[in-house]
Amino acid sequence: MWVVYTLNGLYFGALLFLISLGLNIILGVMGILNLAHGSLYAIGAFMAAWTIIAVGMKAPAFLIYLCLLSGFVLAGIVGWLMEKSLIRAMYNRTLEYQLLLTFGALLLLEDVIKMIWGGQAYYASAPFDLLGKINILGNVYPNYFLFVMAIAIVAGLLIWIFMAKTRLGIMLRAVSLDREMATGLGLNIGGLSTFAFVLGSALAGLAGALVIPTTPALLGIGMEPLILAFIVVVVGGLGSLKGALVGALLVGLTRSFGIAIFPEIELPLLFLIAGIILVAKPQGLFGR
Amino acid sequence: MLVIEHLNKNFGYLQAVNDVSFEIKGGEIVSIIGTNGAGKTTLVNLISGYLKPDSGSILFFGQDITHASPYKRIRLGVGRSFQIIQLFGNATILDNVRTALFSRYGMIRRGLLPADRYSSVTQEATAILDSFNLLDKKDLTPKGLSEGDMKVLDVAIAFALKSKLLLLDEPTSGVATYDKFKVMDSIVAAIRKEGISTLIIEHDMDIVSGYSDRVIVMHEGQILAAGKPDEIMENKEVKATVFGILS
Amino acid sequence: MHVKEMLKKPRWVVYLLIFIALLFIPRLLSLHNLMLFEYGLTFAIVGLGFNLLLGYTGLLSFGHGAYFAVGAYAVAMIGRYFPSSYAMEILLPAALFFSLLLSILFGFLCVRHTKIFFSILALALSMLLYALIFKLYYLTGGSDGLRVPIPSLFGISNAGVRRPAFLSGTYYYFLLFIFALSFLLMKGIVSSPFGKALQAIRDNEVRAELIGIRVRRYRLYAFSISGLYVGLGGALWSFVNGHVTADLSHWLFSGEIVYMTLLGGFGILEGPVIGAIIFTYLKLYAMSNTEYWMFVIGATLIALVLLLPNGVAGAVANLWAKIKKGKAAGGTSC
Repeated sequence: MWVVYTLNGLYFGALLFLISLGLNIILGVMGILNLAHGSLYAIGAFMAAWTIIAVGMKAPAFLIYLCLLSGFVLAGIVGWLMEKSLIRAMYNRTLEYQLLLTFGALLLLEDVIKMIWGGQAYYASAPFDLLGKINILGNVYPNYFLFVMAIAIVAGLLIWIFMAKTRLGIMLRAVSLDREMATGLGLNIGGLSTFAFVLGSALAGLAGALVIPTTPALLGIGMEPLILAFIVVVVGGLGSLKGALVGALLVGLTRSFGIAIFPEIELPLLFLIAGIILVAKPQGLFGR
Repeated sequence: MLVIEHLNKNFGYLQAVNDVSFEIKGGEIVSIIGTNGAGKTTLVNLISGYLKPDSGSILFFGQDITHASPYKRIRLGVGRSFQIIQLFGNATILDNVRTALFSRYGMIRRGLLPADRYSSVTQEATAILDSFNLLDKKDLTPKGLSEGDMKVLDVAIAFALKSKLLLLDEPTSGVATYDKFKVMDSIVAAIRKEGISTLIIEHDMDIVSGYSDRVIVMHEGQILAAGKPDEIMENKEVKATVFGILS
Repeated sequence: MHVKEMLKKPRWVVYLLIFIALLFIPRLLSLHNLMLFEYGLTFAIVGLGFNLLLGYTGLLSFGHGAYFAVGAYAVAMIGRYFPSSYAMEILLPAALFFSLLLSILFGFLCVRHTKIFFSILALALSMLLYALIFKLYYLTGGSDGLRVPIPSLFGISNAGVRRPAFLSGTYYYFLLFIFALSFLLMKGIVSSPFGKALQAIRDNEVRAELIGIRVRRYRLYAFSISGLYVGLGGALWSFVNGHVTADLSHWLFSGEIVYMTLLGGFGILEGPVIGAIIFTYLKLYAMSNTEYWMFVIGATLIALVLLLPNGVAGAVANLWAKIKKGKAAGGTSC
């Protein structure tokens, strides 16, 4: 069973990694903590569920998987809208305003989701069922979870290469390291910030979409992942890709083992670990 | 009262302060001049405790404060003002100075009455403002001040800490030329009255020669020359390395 | 304090008049509206405390619901497990004690960090409490919550008294009295040297440290006092609501606390009081008129932040200052 717990932990970690990566990119490049990040996750989830149900069970497999991408896309679009309208207003304001605006956005988006998709649950398990199961070390394990882990790894690698090697990525890192300097160098801060926000939001939506085949899309689905993502960011360190990965794995594994062994201590255990790490290293494991 | 011996500080491969030694006596006003990057601000940061040196010692009235926290140094009497003005933007001018006094007297924890009821502290704050020629503006906030007045206020706050040693980091930078002397007059008058030792980082040679007892010249982390203002002005080496770049 | 001096200043006269007016409220409002107003008063106390941390010390916590919950649950749990001690004289001190304790503990963990981390950590800790309350359902009632019966007040038993009578009678005056005390106390705190030091920390942390103020320590003090006030508000609220649930510690509820403080304006003392009253009515209005009340609240929050950054009270104060400036030269800050 330990094998299953570990694999589940890696699966949770993979999802959390995507969400936290998004949060971290936005936080790193723009210095904004987006409280509505969980709502973008929810938007991704609902969109994916809805499109999968819309294309129906008879559709070709690749189309069903493509529907998962719709969540990624819609979340990115909503992120773009958010950035253009709200975030722009926040650049020179203090942290308080940013948090309040994104909090307002969260309230707004939660009800927008309700307006569009109503209050019922959307089940879309096709992507999960289609992949079947595999035998790992004597345990039967759904392939879908491995699929999600693979996607997370691929996404992480792509982002890493993007940040390290491409011009756009290097510019983004420059902005996150020193915004003023970057302006002085003539970088298009506005455009880069929009890009970062869209990318971060899309990643949240992707995570939401990926979780759909295993759980229905419900109102408020984004709340818990948001809190967990915060813990990941706190533990891993602000603005660090490595931190998001390590933090996500830590939180994912703790959660998996916690739920399996003693469900009640799961969240407190997480906080205990986070607390210990913070006391030892206040900026998080890899924080600046 | 301030003795610096063989102070060293480097940032990676950059030797910001290189084997610097000098003394400041009670009541002296000493200016430090030098090109940009000569290590002047690093030196002030080391003395005020914002940075810790790699080697060397700083003695203040005989006490070794080389590794003391900034908080401790303030309590011992080392105060500083800032090149980039650091004020309390939302408080009145009076409060800017008065809060420093409250802190100095340890009243922040013990004072239970409204701040205005502490008449002796309030009077002292107004007296300080008066000696810096800011009294008429005491109810304004820093937003309503000119650049020069803000600089003076910055110094006044440090002054309110009853420092025995004041570190002034470019007190006239950013101040309009025609105001510079007015600013320095206010500051130096208050300083001389209390007999406070002062270390000033300055670029403007008129200011330096007008107000200093002694001048120390720094270049690339080391002390190039030291002496009375007119001696330094005549010094060939100093003229070559420093004046060529200074205004 | 010199009462005669105070009465000379118009502000105190206004306060006194308002207080006297409020004494008549139970006769003027229907029971329903009276309860709403009482909710508003309890949140006003919450707002006063919360604003010490936000407006005066410059720290934004999205986790103060935790202390509200502690205050409320202290009352409810004494009611459930120690019914013989269910007296106001015991309940309020207990609520104060536990909320102070938790805010010192959580505050200690939070103030070591800079602003964004601080906010995240405060939020996360409140969710920890939420999870604990939720999961330890055999102790706390979990998602069902706990009932809050009517307590005895200074020896006068209220057995057999029904809640509506209690709320429109004795309790209202008690609540008003506590509110007035809290307000006066907070006024004293913010105008004291301690209050000045907190504002200095808010305005320029570096300079504050450099004039000898122990920034971390004073942030903790502010945090603890704010937690105390919020806990008091929570306890007082629980009597009006008659019921407590884990949601009180959820970060969304903490967000409402932030919202009402901002709504009123966090730059002045009276701001959160006004904000609390307005928010109570705003939320009710939204909830009873549409199922998308969160959208309404969210939209008004956004509009508020963008258009009235100083909140309602702040906007009024700015207007007033402009009028005054028109009459005399030189304006002052609060």
